[in-house]
Amino acid sequence: MFNMTKNVVTNLLTKSSTRLYPIAVRGHFEGFRGTLVCNVDECIFCRSCMIKCPSQCITVDNKAGTWACDAMACVYCGVCVDVCPTSCLSMTKEHRPVATEHQTIFLQGVPKKKKKDEAAAE
Amino acid sequence: MARTILPFGPQHPVLPEPLHLKLTIENETVVEALPTLGYVHRGLEKLCEIRDFNQMIQIVERVCGICSCLHALCYCEGVEQIMGVEVPRRAKYLRTIWGELHRMHSHLLWLGLFADAFGFESLFMQFWRIRERIMDIMEATCGNRVVVSVNVIGGVRRDLSPEQCQWIEEQLAISEKELKQLSDTILSDYTVKKRTVGVGVLTKEQAYQLGAAGPTLRGSGWAQDVRQTGYAAFGELGFEPIVEYGCDSYARSAVRFRETLQSIDLVRLAIARMPAGETAADVAGAMEDDTPKPVSAGERRDIMQAYNRDKRHRFVTAPPPNLDLPAGHVAAKVKGKPDGEAVTRVEQPRGELLYYIKGNGSKNMERVRIRTPTFANIPPLLAMLPGCELADVPVIVLSIDPCISCTER
Repeated sequence: MFNMTKNVVTNLLTKSSTRLYPIAVRGHFEGFRGTLVCNVDECIFCRSCMIKCPSQCITVDNKAGTWACDAMACVYCGVCVDVCPTSCLSMTKEHRPVATEHQTIFLQGVPKKKKKDEAAAE
Repeated sequence: MARTILPFGPQHPVLPEPLHLKLTIENETVVEALPTLGYVHRGLEKLCEIRDFNQMIQIVERVCGICSCLHALCYCEGVEQIMGVEVPRRAKYLRTIWGELHRMHSHLLWLGLFADAFGFESLFMQFWRIRERIMDIMEATCGNRVVVSVNVIGGVRRDLSPEQCQWIEEQLAISEKELKQLSDTILSDYTVKKRTVGVGVLTKEQAYQLGAAGPTLRGSGWAQDVRQTGYAAFGELGFEPIVEYGCDSYARSAVRFRETLQSIDLVRLAIARMPAGETAADVAGAMEDDTPKPVSAGERRDIMQAYNRDKRHRFVTAPPPNLDLPAGHVAAKVKGKPDGEAVTRVEQPRGELLYYIKGNGSKNMERVRIRTPTFANIPPLLAMLPGCELADVPVIVLSIDPCISCTER
């Protein structure tokens, strides 16, 4: 009886252990692997991410300068972020929103010119 | 007396995973049980032939969600053994810490499910509330709640700062306090004991002869735990296995409960003794690296010079909220290919996990064979079932903590 009274009083005086969900949303911690983001302007289309990706969801075309990711095949392991030499890949801590259709992230950048081509142009 | 055959599973309220048991019953008593497996076979072992040995880490992590870290640890230790890599001591301690956190959250999940199996739903929620705190630690330190993906060949991908270690210790202290409040209920409550004591008896001889593993074995009085072999940093932590002599479902739940408390102590000990230093060693195998060079040397030099000027965005590790970032660590450079074979064992939350890995000098493994503890625990389960009441079947099936996706891979 005494144990129970103690519990009842403690529960009355402490705040609720659940959240009022739509109003109070639990955020993610820093460094959470939520969504893969590519800053295509910095990308040099080296294809490291494509080679290392375990789920093979990234397709990079270094001639056309495109970077594509099958967002539904990505497992968010973060290996591509680790191997990216220019740090143009990063992960935000928010989840990708729910989708009803298959999504592919397709980014068009400027392909890197070879040095000899640049010299010829000059 | 007429006999009836009753199907139990694969879809059953107490089973988190699809296991089918064909129960032959006489009145309310089970006479015979026959298992059927194969509902979640995914062919992950075969994938080693088309994915390279680094990508296999992410694949073996998905063999089992709940002990992903330990699958990756076992695989990485095997490849390191083949390639002759000495893992830095700090990385070994970090692997131990994350491995024990995984054991804690797996045991807490199981204790909750077990309470739910005999209809004690408030206890289920209490255990899962404590588990949430462990999941938070995992999210803050590894970047994900379940599939943590921290192990790489040669070490670990993330590091812990002193602030993070302190935060983990604070969280563990709260969890320990909450767990000890529940010990009276799970270990000495009258109704709980009524459902678990003397249910699903597996004698000491049977446990040995049928090859039980993990808490099922230790609940039957055998002091056998793979952590005694001293993989990762366990050799330096003075580990002693937890044994119960009851041989029933109660003993198995007591082993898991006490192991959860022991894991808290092991994490504390590992944090206290963790040496400073590198978290990953460079790996160099016997063979030359023949992966195509993605960028030219000049281009790479330009990039690296730019990168050296600005290191902020590279290897950002995850702090808990409002804490400073720890010093960036160096990721392992893996060169060469594994050539040879290795057998490694680690203690999963459910028992002994064994990996046989064979490399043939190419980037793909020739064979990855995984033997999981539930596979070893199914024969003991079939020995426990005959003679029990039909209402006790869920409790007995859960008492071995079946992980069917591990078993079928």
